[in-house]
Amino acid sequence: MKKKRVVLTLPPDLIEQPIVYNLIKNHDLMVSILRANITPKEQGRLVIELSGEKRKVDAGMAYLAGLEIEIQPLAQDIKWHEDRCIHCTFCVPTCPTGALHRDEEGLQVSFNKDKCIACELCIKVCPYNVVEIQF
Amino acid sequence: MAKTIKEINERIKKGKAVVVTAEEVIELAEKKGTKKAAQEVDVVTTGTFGPMCSSGAYFNFGHTKPRIKVGGGTSFLNNVPAYTGFAAVDIYIGATAIPDGDPRNSVFPGEFNYGGGHVIEDLVNGKDVAFVGTGYGTDCYPRKHVETLINIKDLNEAVLFNPRNGYQNYNVAVNLSDKVIYTYMGMLQPRLGNANYCSAGQLSPLLNDPLYKTIGIGTRIFLGGGIGYVVWNGTQHNPGVKRTPGGVPTSPAGTLAVMGDLKQMSPQWLKGASFTGYGVTLTVGIGIPIPILNEEILVHAAVKDEDIKAQVVDYSQSYPQVQPGSLGEVNYSQLKSGTIEVNGKKINTGGISSYAKAREIAQSLKQSIEKGAFLLTEPVALLPSADAGVTFKLLNERPLRKTRGK
Repeated sequence: MKKKRVVLTLPPDLIEQPIVYNLIKNHDLMVSILRANITPKEQGRLVIELSGEKRKVDAGMAYLAGLEIEIQPLAQDIKWHEDRCIHCTFCVPTCPTGALHRDEEGLQVSFNKDKCIACELCIKVCPYNVVEIQF
Repeated sequence: MAKTIKEINERIKKGKAVVVTAEEVIELAEKKGTKKAAQEVDVVTTGTFGPMCSSGAYFNFGHTKPRIKVGGGTSFLNNVPAYTGFAAVDIYIGATAIPDGDPRNSVFPGEFNYGGGHVIEDLVNGKDVAFVGTGYGTDCYPRKHVETLINIKDLNEAVLFNPRNGYQNYNVAVNLSDKVIYTYMGMLQPRLGNANYCSAGQLSPLLNDPLYKTIGIGTRIFLGGGIGYVVWNGTQHNPGVKRTPGGVPTSPAGTLAVMGDLKQMSPQWLKGASFTGYGVTLTVGIGIPIPILNEEILVHAAVKDEDIKAQVVDYSQSYPQVQPGSLGEVNYSQLKSGTIEVNGKKINTGGISSYAKAREIAQSLKQSIEKGAFLLTEPVALLPSADAGVTFKLLNERPLRKTRGK
């Protein structure tokens, strides 16, 4: 079983392609849509998690690579600047997936990239610009 | 037996003082009893690191050649306006000041990316800052415009002067309305979606000396990573609020005005902060030593999170409209657990003040005292306490007289 989270940047002419359908139907993958920003005739962005057997995930990725869309691993775009974090825990209740987490004693905040779905809620909340997302 | 500050200082100088943090003293008092602990401990160190809006700094940037009087003119540091109503080249920048061109909340919620708090952080960080000043020109100060980079090391004086810091306890903010609101207590999700609190609780300076028995005017403190002093009570100092039998206020109460040499401070402990939809501020690190002169002072300093209560306040209606009423009382142990219960609903909590950093400050101050590098001071005057009859007034608005100034 393999999981892969990717950010797809879709040119306007590909917006109406059934990409998620094809990944499920033709490549037998589970697709979780983590975030989508799709408007007709505009550049769109889709953040998805693909999961399935390694060979199927690879085949799905090869399909995406053939579509002339920009593909980036999700984790690459998210930076948590630990040096800027004051460990106030302000962001913790806002994070819907627990990617921003505080330890048992409630003292130190940590960031788990694998849980982040790039919802950007923390960006509005953190007063110190600790989280940076670049798409 | 009671001790004096002079005796404690003698022990600090000899490297023999017993110093513990406000966290460590709790266990010590429980283990040894308060009487014995009071005999053994000389100093309890406290700490807090949170956004404190009534903060700012004044500078004397040195005379220009020919001279300019920005007093009565204008001044900007990295485009952020600074107050000029002083002599020729003295200015004061407040933590919440924002550039004239900032869209503020015209596109809601505003981002408030840069302001006075960030200017102070940049200066302390040794960065060059763009200074633009104007004057109207006089016979003795003929110049009308100055534009230059300045650096903190070149300024004659750079002094942090904060009219209100170190709030003794604070509200827990929630939102009862149906839409997201943006406040100085952060983004509050609708229908009790989250709860934000802002105090270091058992480590917070004034919660460890709740009746201001030792912290007063002239108390030497850790301020922004350097040394500072308590110079007055802070604005809105409101000691007459309801207290627990232990003397701990159950709502915002005392405050401190503090100052110190900005040149000795560190960007680690003075950080500009941006609150979406609200504005800019400065997050300030403060640590105050409490001399354990007697058992009563130790009992106060051994206060625990579970004994410190705060009021849950609705920031969608109750706070902005100044309507009295609390949705309930919770303690800091509950707040720090990550969830509290309000109106029967479990809500996740977020801190605005950093407990981890408050602990670091208390430890750092403890080490300075143990090394003999930080001596305690005797306050020259104490702050108004619970019995001082201080009343906290709202503004009594009166109509302006139309004939005025004709």
